[in-house]
Amino acid sequence: MTDAIPEPRGAEARPVLTVEDLTVVYEVDEPVTAVRGADLVLHRGEILGLAGESGCGKTTLAYAVNRLHRPPARIASGRITFHDRSGDDIDILALEDAELRAFRWEKLSMVFQGAMNALNPVATVRAQLRDTLLAHRPGMSKGAIRARSREVLERVGVDPARLGSYPHELSGGMRQRVMIAMAMLLEPQIMVMDEPTTALDVVVQRDILREIVRLRDELDFAVVFITHDLPLLLEISDRIAVMLEGEIVEFEAADRLYREARHPYTRRLLGSFPSLSGTRGAFIRDGGEPSETTEEQV
Amino acid sequence: MTNPNPAAAPAADEAAERLAATSAEDGRPIRSGWRMLLPTMTPWLAVGLSLVVGITLFGLIGPFLVGDPEQIRDQGLTGPSGEFWLGTTQTGQDVLAQLAHATRGSLQIGFLVGVLATLLSAFFGIYGAYKGRFVDEAFSLLSNVFLVIPGLPLIIVISGFVPRESRGLWTIAVVLAVTGWAASARVLRAQTLSVRNRDYVAASQVAGERPWRVIMVEILPNLLPVIASQFVFAVIAAILGEAGLSFIGLGASNSSTLGTMLYYAQNGFALSLGAWWWFIPPGLIIAMFGTGLSIVNFSIDEIINPKLKNLRLHRKRARRAARLERQLTRTASADPEVSDR
Amino acid sequence: MTSVHVTDLVKDYKLREGLKRTRLRAVDHVSLELTPGRTVALVGESGSGKSTIAKILTRMERPSSGEVEVRLDDGTAVDGKAYRREVQMVFQDPFASLNPFHSIEHHIARPLLIHKRTRTKQETRERVLEMLERVNLTPAERIAPRRPHELSGGQRQRVAIARALAPGAQVLIADEPVSMLDVSIRLGVLNLLGRLQREDRLAVLYITHDLATARHFSDEIVVLYRGRVVERGPADAVILDPHHDYTKLLALAAPDPERPGGVAADTGSIDRDSIDNGVCYDHYTGQWRETGVPASEARERSI
Repeated sequence: MTDAIPEPRGAEARPVLTVEDLTVVYEVDEPVTAVRGADLVLHRGEILGLAGESGCGKTTLAYAVNRLHRPPARIASGRITFHDRSGDDIDILALEDAELRAFRWEKLSMVFQGAMNALNPVATVRAQLRDTLLAHRPGMSKGAIRARSREVLERVGVDPARLGSYPHELSGGMRQRVMIAMAMLLEPQIMVMDEPTTALDVVVQRDILREIVRLRDELDFAVVFITHDLPLLLEISDRIAVMLEGEIVEFEAADRLYREARHPYTRRLLGSFPSLSGTRGAFIRDGGEPSETTEEQV
Repeated sequence: MTNPNPAAAPAADEAAERLAATSAEDGRPIRSGWRMLLPTMTPWLAVGLSLVVGITLFGLIGPFLVGDPEQIRDQGLTGPSGEFWLGTTQTGQDVLAQLAHATRGSLQIGFLVGVLATLLSAFFGIYGAYKGRFVDEAFSLLSNVFLVIPGLPLIIVISGFVPRESRGLWTIAVVLAVTGWAASARVLRAQTLSVRNRDYVAASQVAGERPWRVIMVEILPNLLPVIASQFVFAVIAAILGEAGLSFIGLGASNSSTLGTMLYYAQNGFALSLGAWWWFIPPGLIIAMFGTGLSIVNFSIDEIINPKLKNLRLHRKRARRAARLERQLTRTASADPEVSDR
Repeated sequence: MTSVHVTDLVKDYKLREGLKRTRLRAVDHVSLELTPGRTVALVGESGSGKSTIAKILTRMERPSSGEVEVRLDDGTAVDGKAYRREVQMVFQDPFASLNPFHSIEHHIARPLLIHKRTRTKQETRERVLEMLERVNLTPAERIAPRRPHELSGGQRQRVAIARALAPGAQVLIADEPVSMLDVSIRLGVLNLLGRLQREDRLAVLYITHDLATARHFSDEIVVLYRGRVVERGPADAVILDPHHDYTKLLALAAPDPERPGGVAADTGSIDRDSIDNGVCYDHYTGQWRETGVPASEARERSI
């Protein structure tokens, strides 16, 4: 990106993750470049929105940042650096397997799309939280585990009495909250959320979003929020990156993106969402359909 | 990243549509629905197919090329020679001639039972699941009952009950089919239940299609791989079952199958006399035919469950991707500028 | 021209949990009217009963009680095969609603043949191409022989629309027709539906959870909460001036960059559990109406 990357709110920039020129290629018969030369800087305490449509590479990018991408995807070039709170810089691409396992979840955790169905159906919430804690903090005492489990559940707005519940006894929104609790269990410095609320009803979605924003304010972690829902991103993110065919075509502060989007694709995405209280946008109620002919022609 | 020319940047969907359009324009022949049902050729499938085709050709053409299998000569129990490639039996009959006719007999019964059992299982499995409610309950109950009936003992009882002279090829085929359709019917029922609930079936109902057309035109084609796989299983089971029956002397009268060959070999003390050329060839043909059909079946499984196919396709790509990535990491960590950071 | 009158529709599902039998009332005394040239949006969250209403209207389910009456202009009631001709549906998932085995042509030709709209092969083929062109799938000759997996989601949904209109349907039930599509093509599909509606003076029931498109795409909005209608009225009135607590909550929850305060905007004053769906606000009469005891007490009961 030749344009200067916009600075986040507040003058002091405290980067926590730097992605430079990241390219991810799927090694199929004719290799497909899913992410092309992506540059991103994520700052502490920031919500960074990653917007784009299916197949634009936003999920691939999020996975690659954590090296969770699976073959045949491979990182063809680029550099991913994590700036630890202690001041150390970690080159994620150079980590050995064991170091990588320790790094994941400890420093950077993820909430996947449909994560609420990723809970183990035959284990209680308590057991699943305990397993996660023990995997990363082997020596942790029983009391400390109990206290931490109760604390994270309270933080995401779930009654700690639910610790003994099995996933199927919880509603979809509740399960998604438990997943978020699990993601923040080890106090990571970055949380990557891939369409975390898409499967939920709007009212529940709203509650969870508010929870995420509140937690970010309290705990000062950075969030990468991936969704196709641009209006939603406009509301919650500080900065937004718009992806199209593997490239970040626009990277801008949310309010500026909304008011003065430069890339035509961004404008088109914005126009795709009719405003609830405002005018009809690209909607046609009467007369012809001028935009239709220019769009989706074979 | 270079700043893209805004005017030239196409929207994602347009690009996708264009891709679809150009791929059709490339003159690539448009694949029909049937083409999609064929498995892709792999070394394993080639091995399986050549076994099956080879043995089938042997059974079809072989009998015309060999002499009379019944002809008795005075040179009993001779090993393979230039005159008798697979030697002779105790009574001097040509084993190769017998083998050709027996293979034909076994294939005949296998095919017959395969068709009968598939028809039965398709009717009870698909129709029951489509109709639902009472019909489904009744058909499930029926197939469950047939499923728990111990097959071989029942066959023995029925075969023993029918007098030997009227125990023809069809009797045995019907007995094997009736005892062998239930498991397939249950698999088909489960598959139909899942296909039946798909939107395209609902859409064709809303469009006003009659039930039989919904079953035959909308549901059945999507079940064909499953049915094919069940058919192949039924053929294997029938050939083995018939061989077992014939071996214990309960097979069809005046028929010649691989099972009856083994039966006569056993009665002629082929094993204790060391006449391996008498019992190994029929046994080997049964084994190879079963193996061939099973391998073909694995390929059909790949159509039923595309994940299996992708697994195979991706394994190679995954290895390459991992190798390239390792190289990159190595060069990156060797790069002093990065390790300094 | 065909209109649909739905009166007091009730659908109960029987549930069995061990020995206990309960009844779940998915749709509770819902009345609707679909008239030619008008779009009615049915808005609600998942489980509110909106898909059940679609299934009953397309005769995939029988109502427990209540009536669905479809009448032609001259007042004759439509039934049997003619019902299938008049009332058609566009399904939510374009990846599931087309049979992967068959060509696009098959999908559109079948309804034409079932309802005897065309006689000869040649005529059918021409009609199929004509339908494809109507939904902007061009060049039609090239699209027709393809199979669904070769088309994009937007193209598939256009095929589904063409299929629904092929028998000459005058009533269209669109069950979340764009929620599975990429955002940038949603409006294109909705605008296409709108154009076809104007051209054919269709009566459309637009089922959705998206308030913004409901407001812009339809004339009337009916808000459904736990099987009951809680608010109905002209589209703009319901969204911009919601009366029922549930509608207010929905409107507040929908993302809207124009609204000051963003995500922090307060919806906290409405407690979701205490929402009463025993009353319904009708913008046409400007009055509240009792529709029964609150759902929390009535929805499940043992039988």
